[in-house]
Amino acid sequence: MMVSSEVKLMMKLLIKNKVSFAGFIIVLTFIFVGILAPFITPYPADARGWVFHMNQRLLPPSWKHPFGTDEFGRDMLSRVILGSRYSLIISVSVIGLALLIGVPIGLVAGYLGGKVGSALMRIADMFLAFPPLLLAVAMAATLGRGLRNVIISLAISWWPWYTRLMYVQTNSIKTMPYIDAAKVLGLRTPTILFKHILPNAITPVMVQAALDMGSAILEAAGLSFLGVGVKPPTPEWGLLVTEGWASINRAWWISLFPGLAILITVLGFNLMADGLREITDPRLRRLLISRGGRI
Amino acid sequence: MMIMPLLEVKNLVKYFPIRKGLTGKVIGYIKAVDGVSFKINENEVLGLVGESGSGKTTIARCILLLYRPTKGDIIFEGRSVLTLRGNLLRWYRTRVQAVFQNPFLSLNPMMKVKDIIAEPLKTHRKDLNKEEIYRMVYDIMEKVTLPKDLADRYPYDLSGGQAQRVAIARALILKPRLLILDEPTSALDVSVQAQILNLLDDLKKEFRLSYLIISHDLSVVRYISDKIAVMYLGKIVEMADSEELFEKPLHPYTQALISAVPEPDPDFFKSRKRIKLPGEIPSALNPPPGCRLHPRCPLKVDERCKVQEPPLIEVEKGHYVACWKYYRR
Repeated sequence: MMVSSEVKLMMKLLIKNKVSFAGFIIVLTFIFVGILAPFITPYPADARGWVFHMNQRLLPPSWKHPFGTDEFGRDMLSRVILGSRYSLIISVSVIGLALLIGVPIGLVAGYLGGKVGSALMRIADMFLAFPPLLLAVAMAATLGRGLRNVIISLAISWWPWYTRLMYVQTNSIKTMPYIDAAKVLGLRTPTILFKHILPNAITPVMVQAALDMGSAILEAAGLSFLGVGVKPPTPEWGLLVTEGWASINRAWWISLFPGLAILITVLGFNLMADGLREITDPRLRRLLISRGGRI
Repeated sequence: MMIMPLLEVKNLVKYFPIRKGLTGKVIGYIKAVDGVSFKINENEVLGLVGESGSGKTTIARCILLLYRPTKGDIIFEGRSVLTLRGNLLRWYRTRVQAVFQNPFLSLNPMMKVKDIIAEPLKTHRKDLNKEEIYRMVYDIMEKVTLPKDLADRYPYDLSGGQAQRVAIARALILKPRLLILDEPTSALDVSVQAQILNLLDDLKKEFRLSYLIISHDLSVVRYISDKIAVMYLGKIVEMADSEELFEKPLHPYTQALISAVPEPDPDFFKSRKRIKLPGEIPSALNPPPGCRLHPRCPLKVDERCKVQEPPLIEVEKGHYVACWKYYRR
């Protein structure tokens, strides 16, 4: 009861904050387009990329091709729309995988502390010592091109951030009296970790994850742009920007529209996460709850 | 034959090392508890009083196995509990339970009241099904006078008194023998304090419980305790039956504590002699040599106070005091 009313309250707050609500709408649109992409592209074959239309190469934006066409005469609108699906797959799997690895490690390291905790955190620090994109590029170059490898390399350069965050959270929550009470009740350590610490520690991590969804899209595009990402003719946005690069003097639209798609989506995630951070701040929320949820 | 006490704490010592630098070199110890012994019998309430920093809570945490004692032993129903493992440790967890100071901090804010109370059963009573568990939860809620409709609420929907009742219900649902009450009322309003104390008193009779109640508030402890132990800087300075201690306090520290208890009758309050101890409680990092009270003590019996620690001796039946004034060869 309380949880759902809290979710309702959070939705209310989200709508109230115009800017983060705009971000929320952008993210929702992105998710819907990503899911429905194969059914709403005007030229499905062009979108997948295995066709040439030599008679319509490099056409500027028009009613028939609102985003113009590329070097091979493929409709850019279709390719950008289908690209959203790849970006969605990449961002969800990268962040999901990074959370799956990072959160349990941080939780265990923070709870156990001592030598085991330090050892785990030093491993995480080793990954953090590299600039994230550089590490991902090195990984991707080693593994070879392809969607799966992009996801793996990004997730591997990403998980230590969540480990850090979770570690700090766990460290502060494990000293709470309700954790003492749980120990006195004789609960098993896994129960204490996953039932008592995790739910109370996860909120900042989830906010960070929402923020990172945009960054994952951006970095995946970066990998493609650098030539170690997905294979052509996959219509991934970063790759689309690269493909237009050679002919940017003659046909600006090829790089522009996928670039704009990246910009807007990443912006959307950032705005939404910003709002989320605000409404999940316990002090602020308590204030709002104490006003009976009327804002 | 002597009756076996329910809980016996034998010469308990807990030092916390202070570490410095990267290597973690130990540069000193905080002597939180320094040789404390006491017994709690079946159906008996022992009050442990002392100001903050006197080591009361450290004793409780040692008994609850949240700290490992540096030295000494804790014996419950004839078994040393410090080495318990596996099934015996689980047995101990069902026999000794705790209620902590701040009920809002000792209840998981993400769990419903009924699930908080049910959790011990789900852990220790695998033989029960869901229906039986929740029937027991509602039973115990009634026993601690919690309205049924709070079962689906979350802790921060509750008042302080209600939240503390939830904590008590959680502690009692496994039918323990001993309850450790660590400042159970000090986070509550005065009117609620009385309700909780009355409730604890009733529950003690109904469940045949023993309590170790820890408080800095003498009037709280007096109300509910059979025996009281007064602590100062990690040591017990005086221990006696409740009434005896209030009527005939022997140790100067106890006398000072009792004279500081607020008195509702203003005439009596004025006429009463107040004993003031100068200064503050010294740091447990570096306690004074000899009797730990001697720098603040109004008596200052003789030279031994400064060099030799007074032993805790039985001056009358059941009345123990650690002061050179009462020491007879």
